[in-house]
Amino acid sequence: MRFLSDTISETVRNIHSGEITSTSIVKRSLDTIARGNENLNAFLSVQSDHALKRASELDGLPADQKKSMPLFGIPVAIKDNICTKGVPTTCASHMLSNFVPPYDASVVEFLLNAGAVPVGKTNLDEFAMGSSTENSRFGITRNPVDPSKIPGGSSGGSAAAVGAGFVPAALGSDTGGSIRQPASHCGVVGLKPTYGRVSRYGLVAFASSLDQIGPITSDVRDAGLLLEVLSQVDSRDSTCARKPFSNNQDIYSLDTRGLRIGLPAEYFGEGLSDDVRLPIMNLLDMLKERGAQAVPVSLPNLRFAIATYYIICTAEASSNLARYDGVKYGFRDTRGKTLTDMYSLTRQNGLGDEVKRRIMLGTYVLSSGYYDAYYLKAAKVRTLIAQDFNAAFEKCDVIISPVSTTPAFSIGEKTEDPLQMYLTDIYTVSANLAGIPGISVPCGTAGGLPVGVQFISSHWREDLLLKVGYASQVALENR
Amino acid sequence: MEYEIVIGLEIHAQLLTKTKLFCGCASKFGDPPNTNGCPVCLGLPGALPVLSGLAVEMAVRMGLAVGCSINNKSVFARKNYFYPDLPKGYQISQYELPVCGPGFLVINVGGVEKKVGITRIHLEEDAGKLVHDQDVDSLFDVNRCGTPLIEIVSDPDMRSPQEALAYLAGIKQILEYLKICDCNMEEGSLRCDANISLRPKGQETYGTKTEIKNMNSFRFMEKALEYEARRQEEVLDSGGKIIQQTYLWDPSNNKALPMRSKEDAHDYRYFPEPDLLPLTVEQALIEKARASLPELPQVRKSRFINEFVLPDTTADVLTSDRHIADFFEATLNFFNDARQVANWIMGDILRIMNEQKITLDAITVTPARLGKLLSLISDGTVSAKAAKKVLDTMQSENKEPDTVIDQLGLRQVSDTGALEIALRKVLDEHPAEVERFRGGDKKLTGFFVGQVMKLTKGTGNPKEINTLLQKLFG
Repeated sequence: MRFLSDTISETVRNIHSGEITSTSIVKRSLDTIARGNENLNAFLSVQSDHALKRASELDGLPADQKKSMPLFGIPVAIKDNICTKGVPTTCASHMLSNFVPPYDASVVEFLLNAGAVPVGKTNLDEFAMGSSTENSRFGITRNPVDPSKIPGGSSGGSAAAVGAGFVPAALGSDTGGSIRQPASHCGVVGLKPTYGRVSRYGLVAFASSLDQIGPITSDVRDAGLLLEVLSQVDSRDSTCARKPFSNNQDIYSLDTRGLRIGLPAEYFGEGLSDDVRLPIMNLLDMLKERGAQAVPVSLPNLRFAIATYYIICTAEASSNLARYDGVKYGFRDTRGKTLTDMYSLTRQNGLGDEVKRRIMLGTYVLSSGYYDAYYLKAAKVRTLIAQDFNAAFEKCDVIISPVSTTPAFSIGEKTEDPLQMYLTDIYTVSANLAGIPGISVPCGTAGGLPVGVQFISSHWREDLLLKVGYASQVALENR
Repeated sequence: MEYEIVIGLEIHAQLLTKTKLFCGCASKFGDPPNTNGCPVCLGLPGALPVLSGLAVEMAVRMGLAVGCSINNKSVFARKNYFYPDLPKGYQISQYELPVCGPGFLVINVGGVEKKVGITRIHLEEDAGKLVHDQDVDSLFDVNRCGTPLIEIVSDPDMRSPQEALAYLAGIKQILEYLKICDCNMEEGSLRCDANISLRPKGQETYGTKTEIKNMNSFRFMEKALEYEARRQEEVLDSGGKIIQQTYLWDPSNNKALPMRSKEDAHDYRYFPEPDLLPLTVEQALIEKARASLPELPQVRKSRFINEFVLPDTTADVLTSDRHIADFFEATLNFFNDARQVANWIMGDILRIMNEQKITLDAITVTPARLGKLLSLISDGTVSAKAAKKVLDTMQSENKEPDTVIDQLGLRQVSDTGALEIALRKVLDEHPAEVERFRGGDKKLTGFFVGQVMKLTKGTGNPKEINTLLQKLFG
């Protein structure tokens, strides 16, 4: 179910022309949330009064001011690991249950400047660690297509909010697939930009060298529009490249003649269900009919991707999460007598099992005596994986792949076995390791559940992802 | 057994940048607690560091001043440990690739020159400050969090506490010459930790070392190192073993207190800081920094010796402090006799500073005033002896030398008429001495001059009196 039948750009034009108002759209979003969120738990908090006030202020602006805002009056949802000034930002953790940031993340500033109206903060796996949004301290989120299924994760709340038609767009963050995988499970579009495209200032860090903020939308063109707004130059993040994306409308020309689509053998081998394989192959055939060509490529180091990813992300996480010690903000357990008591009780009771598991793993791989064997080796393999992609992109423009091995699984199905859960990230983590962008676009259903397809390109070529993504969207619509 | 002492120093110098190392907060000592903080230095979730270019430039200047190689690419690393004064739970420092590679400093102890190796210089952020002297709770002050430091690590090249002091003094001198640190050891803008071990004379391998922290003055460092060397000697002589351990110097009890042993030493889990790109120092920046280096103490000292023909020790004292050397050269613009100027600075200006326990900033005698006073001595307006009194008054009353000379009535009488009247009076009063003088007892010259001086209350110009005496008896 889509919130808007049009694209965001068309809706903004309708607001500009006075056909509709921001207030009416925001009200509709809030009403839908009020009706549906209790069941889905996509939102951890909803700022109704604030959103309505902002919408009416926007509606009161003079016409020329409205015109300069590409997201004018559009309700958006924000993942609850992205800082919002004066609005709780919990990371779905008990540790930050009372944390109210005194500042906005850069991307939130960009959204506000573009005229967007944030309506609420969405659920996630605690500190974005998970693939099903079952690791939230504040309850699971359900898949809007089938509430007995997980919505994917960690941006499960954002994907469910867009999939349920609560909002036309939401922000997610993607460290190993956390935008693309839930987008795929909820039947929406999720774009993980090139590392350094979007400022991370204000994104609560999980794994700094992998984290990237990106949009979740119902239409590929909306993802391009959001990326343009989000990718502004920001001197507050030293890893943010000065490469703003331009959402040139030529991207959506539907001319895919000569587009070389790389088909890596390693992605379509063992472990992939037919539920996922068949819709992707169907889509590939359709794209070929429209002039694209399939090219075999090889990514030999892919088999090390999961191991490499879980060493690097846990190492960085163990350091990034050290600041949650009860000293300055957030939860503090005061039952102990000594400083060490305070540290251990606070972290023992403030953090969930998966977070603690990753902190321990990360602490271990960075420990003296193990650093070379784990962290350093993983850093080297990471380079090899990036080289594999470079070589592949000599032969093709984009790579096609699954997003997940299966459609959304049932709630509780994999919570007992963390390793099984880690393995579901197999198709998505390598883009983060290589720092390249990836998009997940709906490509059909299996047993009534959405199946997504992933396209990956080389650095800074989100335009190619949006192009092939839009071609896929249109091909499926016209099927 | 006879032992050789082996000492290496780690010196932390707080850089004189206006802002902190990774955010725009003011980096200033003495502001009210918790007034200089922001999401970045408070380690709030989501905040990210952005490196201050000025701090990098200062580190490069220091590196160049002590002959270090400058690494075109260096890497920031996280040093992970838990402590309440460390908001992020890690300190951003440099580990495997520091900004400056090996260099050296030449020290001079008892006339013997020696090269002390410098292992590296790296950039890092400081931690906050905890205040423990409250009734119940410890208090935290964020102001110091994230202020920029360079850590200068020496090789284990020093063989006595005296050499360590000379090295620390040399580093301090250069930091001051470069104007990149105010080097206030009491306030902690310059801090020094020492690694010290003993080994039997002649042995090549190093003994087990201990680390001493909290030596916040030269005197404490000397005491601490002597204390620790003696302690280790006693342990070794009695057949014991040195335990690798960190000690805190307790200046009130003149003791080193054990802080932590190697067993409970932190595993800092260093790894490259993913929030910062590798630091690139372009060759152009290095050349610019090199060109902007001031004349450094040892070079300046040689120039003073050659250009002004000053003795080694004089040049040494003058250049030991950049401000004094500047004062010396400024005074030369007003009175061009380097030896005289040097003598007056070392004799009287430094005396006033010591007596009144003040720094050069608080000296009201400007180079112009001192130069004027010296020219007044030279042209006979005031005697050298009286001028010392004049200088003291110039300082205490913040006045020009002319004014003070008149105020004290010390203007020297060179008027031959007035002096002749005085001389004739003296001669009339001492007929016996006049007879002996006529008889050839020339030693009486001094007597007559002295008597005239007494009569003129010290304002008579002795040279003129002498000439008059020769004339009257000539």
